[in-house]
Amino acid sequence: MGPRSHRIASIRAGLAIAAAVAALGLPLAANPYVTDVATLVLVYVMLGLGLNIVVGYAGLLDLGYAAFFAIGAYSSAILMVHHHMSYWLTIPIAACLTTASGAVIGAPTLRMRSDYLAIVTLGFGEIVRITATNLSFSGGPDGVWGIPRPSIGPLVLGSSASLYYLGLAFAAVILILSHNVARSRLGRAWRAVREDEIAARAAGINTVSTKLKAYMLGALLGGTAGSFFAVKLTAIDPTSFTFVQSVNILMVVILGGMGSLPGVVLGAIVIVGLPEALRAFQTVRMLAFGIGLILLMLLRPQGLWPSRIGTLGRVRAARSPGTRSQPTGQAATS
Amino acid sequence: MDVALQQLVNGLTIGAFYALIALGYTMVYGIIRLINFAQGDLYSVGAFIGLSMLSLLAALHVRNALVLTFLGLVVSMAATGLLGVLIYRVAYRPLLRSPLSILISAIGASLTLEYSLFLIYSPSFLVYPSLFSTGGPALGGIVVSWMQVTIFLVSLGLMLALYALVHRTKLGLAMRALAINQDAARLMGIDVNRVIAATFFIGSALAAFGGVMTGLYYGQISFLMGFLAGLKAFTAAVLGGIGNIPGAMLGGFIVGIVESVAIGYISGRWKDVVTFAILIIILVVRPRGLLGERVVERM
Repeated sequence: MGPRSHRIASIRAGLAIAAAVAALGLPLAANPYVTDVATLVLVYVMLGLGLNIVVGYAGLLDLGYAAFFAIGAYSSAILMVHHHMSYWLTIPIAACLTTASGAVIGAPTLRMRSDYLAIVTLGFGEIVRITATNLSFSGGPDGVWGIPRPSIGPLVLGSSASLYYLGLAFAAVILILSHNVARSRLGRAWRAVREDEIAARAAGINTVSTKLKAYMLGALLGGTAGSFFAVKLTAIDPTSFTFVQSVNILMVVILGGMGSLPGVVLGAIVIVGLPEALRAFQTVRMLAFGIGLILLMLLRPQGLWPSRIGTLGRVRAARSPGTRSQPTGQAATS
Repeated sequence: MDVALQQLVNGLTIGAFYALIALGYTMVYGIIRLINFAQGDLYSVGAFIGLSMLSLLAALHVRNALVLTFLGLVVSMAATGLLGVLIYRVAYRPLLRSPLSILISAIGASLTLEYSLFLIYSPSFLVYPSLFSTGGPALGGIVVSWMQVTIFLVSLGLMLALYALVHRTKLGLAMRALAINQDAARLMGIDVNRVIAATFFIGSALAAFGGVMTGLYYGQISFLMGFLAGLKAFTAAVLGGIGNIPGAMLGGFIVGIVESVAIGYISGRWKDVVTFAILIIILVVRPRGLLGERVVERM
């Protein structure tokens, strides 16, 4: 630890404190519209952190992550509306259901090549969405509405600000969990599997069970985000859980820089914020979004805030003789 | 039995469209390991350019259906092919070394194409001119139009031509060399960028052919038509064994037939569930796809 790294560490701590203060103070300074948008950012932070475990840590490309988001949201919504259950009780039930579905789809498919895994997850995502559209107990195309607000005793969390703080609490817990799990034995095993599966197996890691754990934890977090999403919106329908949604969540992870936690937060702000900021230009905003994505990738191919953990893969990728192309090293050195 | 045969005929027609799009996916993946998300949208672009061309020719009082179709196809395939090359040059070539960034860039390219069509043409469905009668050969209780026969045969012809190109010409040899080892190919004096550009051109042109034919067959097109078709075609490419050209054709026809049979026997609402469920089962049982070679994840 030289003086330079001390300075960097204190800058990072200062940034983290500033971000925390800004997050806590936001509803006091902003109007309800901005608070609602910020709450949506928090939903994407939760989703991004969950998918980051699957894609960023374990290196498994998942193109159907919205399925777990949907299962969580529908579990809470149906239990609360049809069975009058308390929101807090539905969270563990939704978590169990999503984790179980993660295991069911993950167990037979995690031995596959990564691009085949991508297509299987994509198919799973479509199956869940179409099933929700076609079955009557999930409300068909109309979905479930009239979902009650969560309450603590007599206190009903109905205002934009109170739901924002609830979302902030979830996001903070998931953030700390992600931070710690990345530094645990399991986190190191995920990185080993991501970088070189054969070497990881040779080092005594059970790669299938390691990947399955990433998948199940990712599913659990996606389901929790879904439960929160249901009570935040009070009405859900299948159009919230399309393939485009899965792609949006994946973009949160990749935009920020895979495996990087500040990157996920930044990615969520961009993915939610950019289309909102472009709302005035309704007709061209999706076009601008598409062009913006290409430009962003051309200018910062490693994401907005790349991870510093386990940069070995990036060093090797930069060294390996590949196609003649622009050097991409400047992003990897942060 | 008639229902089964009828759905088989319809499935072969839809399957031809999927196969045409899937070829582009599989060729690009085979060479640069990119899932080109814009591939399905190039199919839409092809349909729209074809429509513009047909309208232009109609304004010029060209009446002959065959001339119209031929010119519409040729112009649309050439323009879409060039667009595919342009997308490669701008959005993919600088990112060839970062597999996930290039994937996001491809998603960006897909959105850009979709919403360009949305702005330039229309947010709603557009009507395609109906150039051909719906009559066809009588085959007992089954309805087959000449159009379906033509789509199937011409698509098959194009695929065979592509297969011949890849296996009989110097360009095809260069493509296959590139797919095996890009650096070694370059050392042998192959102009890598040109071969990749040619691959994008061919893949996009084939998708455009499918797009124009889809317009003529269904009579309407929309700026989002390539999204689900692209998804199915990608499924088809993986099903056949991604990177494998006959596999993409086989996969396309299988996806088309499975979908039609699901419509005929279960219901249209569940067809995609059946398609994807069968896909997952096949991949679990035979992870390298139907015709794919055993590929090691990484050497």
